[in-house]
Amino acid sequence: MEENILLRIEDLHANVEGKPILKGVNLTIRDGEVHAIMGPNGSGKSTLSNVLMGHPKYAVTQGKILFKGEDISELSVDERARKGLFLAFQYPLAIPGVPVSKFLRMSLQAVRGKEVPIIEFRNNFKKNLELLGINDSFTGRYINEGFSGGEKKRHEILQLALLEPSLAILDETDSGLDIDALKVVSEGITRYRTEKRSILLITHYQRILNYVQPDYIHVLAGGRVIKSGGKELAAELESKGYDWVLKESEAATPAKI
Amino acid sequence: MSKPQLAPKEDYKYGFHDEDIINVFKSEKGLTRRLIEAMSAMKKEPEWMLKIRIKALEVYQSKPMPTWGNVQLLSELDFNNIHYYVRPNEKTEKDWKDVPEGVKRTFDRLGIPEAERKFLAGVTAQYESEVVYHSIREDLTKQGVIFLGMDDAVKQYPDIVKKYFGRVIPTADNKFAALNTAVWSGGSFIYVPKNTNVEIPLQAYFRINSENMGQFERTLIITDEGSSVHYIEGCTAPTYSSDSLHSAVVELVALPGSKIRYTTIQNWSNNVYNLVTKRAVCYADAAVEWIDGNIGSKLTMKYPAVYLMGKGARGEVLSIAYAGKGQHQDAGAKMVHVAPHTTSTILSKSISRDGGRTSYRGLLRVEKGAEHCKASVRCDALLLDEASRSDTYPTMEINEKNVAVGHEATVSKIGDEQMFYLMSRGLKENDAQSLIVNGFIEPFVRELPMEYAVELNRLMQLEMEGSIG
Repeated sequence: MEENILLRIEDLHANVEGKPILKGVNLTIRDGEVHAIMGPNGSGKSTLSNVLMGHPKYAVTQGKILFKGEDISELSVDERARKGLFLAFQYPLAIPGVPVSKFLRMSLQAVRGKEVPIIEFRNNFKKNLELLGINDSFTGRYINEGFSGGEKKRHEILQLALLEPSLAILDETDSGLDIDALKVVSEGITRYRTEKRSILLITHYQRILNYVQPDYIHVLAGGRVIKSGGKELAAELESKGYDWVLKESEAATPAKI
Repeated sequence: MSKPQLAPKEDYKYGFHDEDIINVFKSEKGLTRRLIEAMSAMKKEPEWMLKIRIKALEVYQSKPMPTWGNVQLLSELDFNNIHYYVRPNEKTEKDWKDVPEGVKRTFDRLGIPEAERKFLAGVTAQYESEVVYHSIREDLTKQGVIFLGMDDAVKQYPDIVKKYFGRVIPTADNKFAALNTAVWSGGSFIYVPKNTNVEIPLQAYFRINSENMGQFERTLIITDEGSSVHYIEGCTAPTYSSDSLHSAVVELVALPGSKIRYTTIQNWSNNVYNLVTKRAVCYADAAVEWIDGNIGSKLTMKYPAVYLMGKGARGEVLSIAYAGKGQHQDAGAKMVHVAPHTTSTILSKSISRDGGRTSYRGLLRVEKGAEHCKASVRCDALLLDEASRSDTYPTMEINEKNVAVGHEATVSKIGDEQMFYLMSRGLKENDAQSLIVNGFIEPFVRELPMEYAVELNRLMQLEMEGSIG
């Protein structure tokens, strides 16, 4: 096995309710790398993030998801999380009556597999609230209940900061954010990034890539990665749109890394 | 998400029973006039109470069984297979030391003496048919607060008892109210004098020990003008394979400007039929709050009611019901607006799991002349699996135009998406599920004193454990 490979997706096929969405995705992410996945609506971007996290609605029909050298495609959602996988949701759900602080402490204890002293948790929590410019009153609020769009996204990044996973999948974290919120959220993502921690950033727009610099960009279309390149690819997509890549790929074989 | 598996409710930690109890008297199974005369004599009751009982027995025998609710489960209860009166002691003790050893041990295990020391102003502990222990803090007695077992109240305060007993819930109100009136024993009596606030809760604890036991406590609470009290009751029983019956009557009278909060955490074992009538009359600017939690029992039929009799009166029912395998919680609330400018709120939350069934059955009535009243009813049901069931039976009778009435009912299933979200943060399936359930009942839990809130959350946690394979 190659050194430093965190995630290797091999020929991944997945269905949702019997309908094939992913049709042979290949992707390799090494320690500390930031990969962006771009693509038109309906290309399978969100499906890919849900499949990686293990959403029960999606069925893997072929291929492998190797995470830290182990095929995780049969593992439950919580087992994947405890192995160091994290998904920042595009549309985080409200869970009425469950205080944010209680949820976050439970999560932290779950991923660490041990008790987290309340004092340590509080300090850590407070520090991250400040960094993300989140009001203190957050502590007593219920998970995503009555949160604005921006608050929901900050809450996702707050969880990322606390849980410190090895791989963060960010599913359209930039959508619906104004420029100030985008900046704060991007800074949070950048702080999280170290040479050991990697990011898979799923986005429709090039905008966030100005703040979170990717090492690689992949274009997902029709359930396959049809083009991969460096960060310069983003600018090209921004100016030309997706059509030229789609046309180019029609004749070509699926891109591989 | 993998489906929660059907598992029996095996986590009921109060299901133990005492073997070595020697009762002073235990009636044969079945209910007769002779038994009622005998128990009245043992209690050395005044003649007027015996007369009430005998009349009630006739009413009970003449009334048919309800033809609504869970008729099937009701028909399975064999009323001839019940011990209607079990007397564990000669008198109510004021010191735990004097309570018979086995009985005391039970209450120790239930944590009652400890709770009393820590955060209660008075305690009534009932074992089978009788109150075995009773206490009230001296400062409350000095302020004129009366807190007694109901039997003692009949003897010591006959004038107050005669004035209110059976006035809120008449004997003929329903079959089980008549049964209770005929064979009642134990329960609490509280009178709070004018402008007196009892700041610390008073508590009653009801324990059934025998198999095929019938417990029929009777409670009457009167708050005089401008006073207030918080009363809490809890109940448990051993788990037996055959049925027991608990049928209480609770009458509350909130005189003008007073407030009663009545909190129940019902956790009977799953062989107990819990058929209870609870009603309050609430006068001008007074408030009555029923905080009603139903976790245990086989079948509960209970609809706490508030009659809003005077201008500015306020009634509230906040309830949760949990039904697991083999359980049916048929619970709800009744609000009757008799006077203008009255307010009522009903918030009912129910959880069904493992084929359990919850029903919300409610009445909202606005009588002619009750102008400018406000009423809101909200029922939320949470289903944890496909096998479980929840129904609502709301009745509205609005006979006045100038009123504001709101009604909302929701039924939801624990969603895959919510579970996915929580589990993606590393929480195991049953932890995620109990977090959602605890969140769901949070509006109820936050109204409980802290000690009870902690206990209830822990109870619900136990109910959730083992439910998922």
